Amino acid sequence: MNRYPTWGYALIALAVIAAFLYTLPNFFGESPAVQVSSGKATIKVDAGVLARAEEALSKAGIAYTGAVLDQTSVRVRFADTDTQLKARDLVDRALNPDAGNPSYIVALNLLPASPNWLSAMHALPMYLGLDLRGGVHFLLQVDMQAAITKRLESMAADLRTSLREKNVRHGGITREGQTLRVRFRDQATRDAARNAMLDSFPDLAVIEREDGQDLLLVSSLKPEAVKRTQEYALRQNITTLHNRINELGVAEPVIQQQGLDRVVVQLPGVQDTAKAKDILGRTASLEIRMVAEEHMNPAALDAGAKGQPPFGTEYFVERNGQPLLVRRQVVLTGDRLTDAQPGFDNQTNEPAVHLRLDGQGARIFQEVTRENVNKRMAILLIEKGKGEVITAPVIRSEIPGGRVQISGRMTTTEANDVALLLRAGSLAAPMEIIEERTVGPSLGRDNIEKGFKATSSGFLAIVVFMSLYYTLFGVISSLALAVNLLLLVALLSLLQATLTLPGIAAIALTLGMAIDANVLINERIREELRGGATPQAAIHAGYERAWATILDSNVTTFIVGISLLMVPGAVRGFAVVHCLGILTSMFSAVVVSRAIVNLVYGHRRRVGRLFIGNTAWK
Amino acid sequence: MEFFKIRRTIPFMRYALVFNIISAITFLLAVFFLATKHLNLSIEFTGGTLIEVGYQHAADVDAVRRTLDRAGYKAEVQNFGSSRELLIRMHLEKNQSSADLSQKVIQILRDQDKSAELRRVEFVGPQVGSELVNYGSLALLVTAVGIVLYLWMRFEWRFGLSGIIANLHDVVIILGFFAFFQWEFSLPVLAAVLAVLGYSVNESVVVFDRVRENFRKMRKASTAEVIDSAITGVISRTIITHLCTQMMVTTMLLFGGQALHYFALALTIGILFGIYSSVLVASPLVMWLGARREQFVKPTRRAGRDEHEGAVV
Repeated sequence: MNRYPTWGYALIALAVIAAFLYTLPNFFGESPAVQVSSGKATIKVDAGVLARAEEALSKAGIAYTGAVLDQTSVRVRFADTDTQLKARDLVDRALNPDAGNPSYIVALNLLPASPNWLSAMHALPMYLGLDLRGGVHFLLQVDMQAAITKRLESMAADLRTSLREKNVRHGGITREGQTLRVRFRDQATRDAARNAMLDSFPDLAVIEREDGQDLLLVSSLKPEAVKRTQEYALRQNITTLHNRINELGVAEPVIQQQGLDRVVVQLPGVQDTAKAKDILGRTASLEIRMVAEEHMNPAALDAGAKGQPPFGTEYFVERNGQPLLVRRQVVLTGDRLTDAQPGFDNQTNEPAVHLRLDGQGARIFQEVTRENVNKRMAILLIEKGKGEVITAPVIRSEIPGGRVQISGRMTTTEANDVALLLRAGSLAAPMEIIEERTVGPSLGRDNIEKGFKATSSGFLAIVVFMSLYYTLFGVISSLALAVNLLLLVALLSLLQATLTLPGIAAIALTLGMAIDANVLINERIREELRGGATPQAAIHAGYERAWATILDSNVTTFIVGISLLMVPGAVRGFAVVHCLGILTSMFSAVVVSRAIVNLVYGHRRRVGRLFIGNTAWK
Repeated sequence: MEFFKIRRTIPFMRYALVFNIISAITFLLAVFFLATKHLNLSIEFTGGTLIEVGYQHAADVDAVRRTLDRAGYKAEVQNFGSSRELLIRMHLEKNQSSADLSQKVIQILRDQDKSAELRRVEFVGPQVGSELVNYGSLALLVTAVGIVLYLWMRFEWRFGLSGIIANLHDVVIILGFFAFFQWEFSLPVLAAVLAVLGYSVNESVVVFDRVRENFRKMRKASTAEVIDSAITGVISRTIITHLCTQMMVTTMLLFGGQALHYFALALTIGILFGIYSSVLVASPLVMWLGARREQFVKPTRRAGRDEHEGAVV
């Protein structure tokens, strides 16, 4: 009656062992590490970087305990922080020969110190939330109205060009709110314009209106175009944020979309909010300038390399290592760029980047290219007041229409990167910080200690009380509670959930509530014994009858957990732990405790009495 | 060890009216305080800036207050946790760039005292705050509706109704405490309130299960007698369970620090009133609403039902 089959015990033992293994990484703490990630969107971190870092370390005789390459970074672990600091400087020097213009970000970080075999089976510690490790959290709202206005402005310019090309005479194009208004004198021109617009501007919905003497075409973005514009703006802002945060040297930043128009940025370990805010709000810009052909001789280049370029020029090194002197005069800025997409050259089929300029940009570009055929122009990205030449192509012919193609000496990946870089140079729409949380590292440590102390002493109090009150059955209940804790932590680690202070509170509360199931069972067994049942029958009936009530109580708690999941912010961590805790507690309180009771009593032929405390009242 | 050796049924229902009057008075008081003093909502809900500053030595609250006042900031300054920590609360101002407010304030405080260390900043914009109020109310509503539906399904409507009245009365009383003492009502407190709601409904379910079981077993007993014997039967389990949960909550109150203080406090009030309301408020309500044996032993309802179906404890 009170036996599980052998495979039942084996399965439970397996679950407990697995839970133990996956809980384990949380106890190893973290060891100091150096993390290398890309400092520029055009540079990838690959096995070569890992090899260079390792070589530099072994040359200098610095011992490291592990080096791994993941998708975006190389991480090297060290035994202590002194070695870590030394290694950081060393690796930084080895990878970034030009300290003023680093290609890689070499940052201090902490990595889980668990042995490699644990990491190999994906047993990783829980991720600590910002309230436990310290850091900054921003919630940014993207101004979507501005994104749409910007798009309409650039369309107005395009429309002007297009109508002029088609010789359609209009009485002016204006933007009013979220619409573009084009004025006409007579019906015929309006019809011609209307047709032209329908042909070349599929994103615009056009309506005819009259305004006194004037005939109007009122056009607005179609709903799907609005949606596309907004998605584009959000994506571009996220890309831009990624690039900028990379420069902060933050080890594990989180940049995520939230809802339709919000971005969450979390920077663990960053204390300097002023700098973080500055970098998030900064604009990187694109500049097109002419190469100073007349100065491109070895002497001038040498002088430039020494920091003394000829008057009116600036010295740059191209990405392929070619030195370059570029005029200070800016031909075009990135404001005129409406899009940049990777693609292929129509004739040579080489990888290329297609740029689109707005109306005015197109006019300037056409003029400049007409006057500078067979000369080189440089496309620069200006960040932190420092420029980098992305590419410096030769102008083959006059380029009209604002469609520019950059090609030559590029791989597909490079084309992708350059397009991304050009797009990511500036924010598509302004952003505003609508929520900020900064937690200092000392407070984070305090929170962990306090949360841990509260949970462990509460757990201990329950164990002592249960063991005194229900003797052996109390000890078994306590064991089940311990298994519950183990399972819960293992599950959270396995899901790589983020542990926050409300999460710790939820663990404590879950344990405090989970013991209810065992109290129900134990009380029922006592009652059965009092009613004259034999020990084996009492155990059986106790578990069977308490089960329905346990299920009941968990349904009500689950309803709470689910409704809390809807609330954003700090409570979500609480809700996740709460819901998972309900699942693990049902398993441990009923199945695990029953298995132990079965092991103790189920296999005996005769049971004299159960050690469940005093049940004799008379 | 055994705390409860109850040999006779305790006549709880004889005092039903007294319990209900006590409840009604506490409830009305809670509503009164909620209406007059309002909840002291945290900046998560109202929007605003909160800055926690740590000092090497005991902080001079008045000096900090004066300094900020001189700099033109309207701020509430108070000690937080220990004498070395200060909490500065600032409400949203129309013409103030709130994003870099915290930096300016910490700069001012550093100028005044070098040891000032920024421990925590929270800034919540107005739109986020009002959204959170909506989400919070929605969560409360979903929980309440979910629980009513569940009790409705599980029991007779009289039980569902009494259960939710008794437990929402708990929620209102917790909120009343927070309004009366002007304790800060934050997101974790909301979580605690909802957790308590689920927890005490569970309590009512245990009692109701027993009531139903006893209606079937005790054929000649009156409704009051049936309820009395049900409560007597589960009272030991009720108290032990709540004791265990309260032990955990007490350690949170003692060791959890300021961050968990109000969370644990809400749970404590909730657990205490949870015992009382689910046992001594819900059951009399069931009686007043006219629960009778016939509602459970109708042949149609019994057909195909196991004697032990449902929880029996």
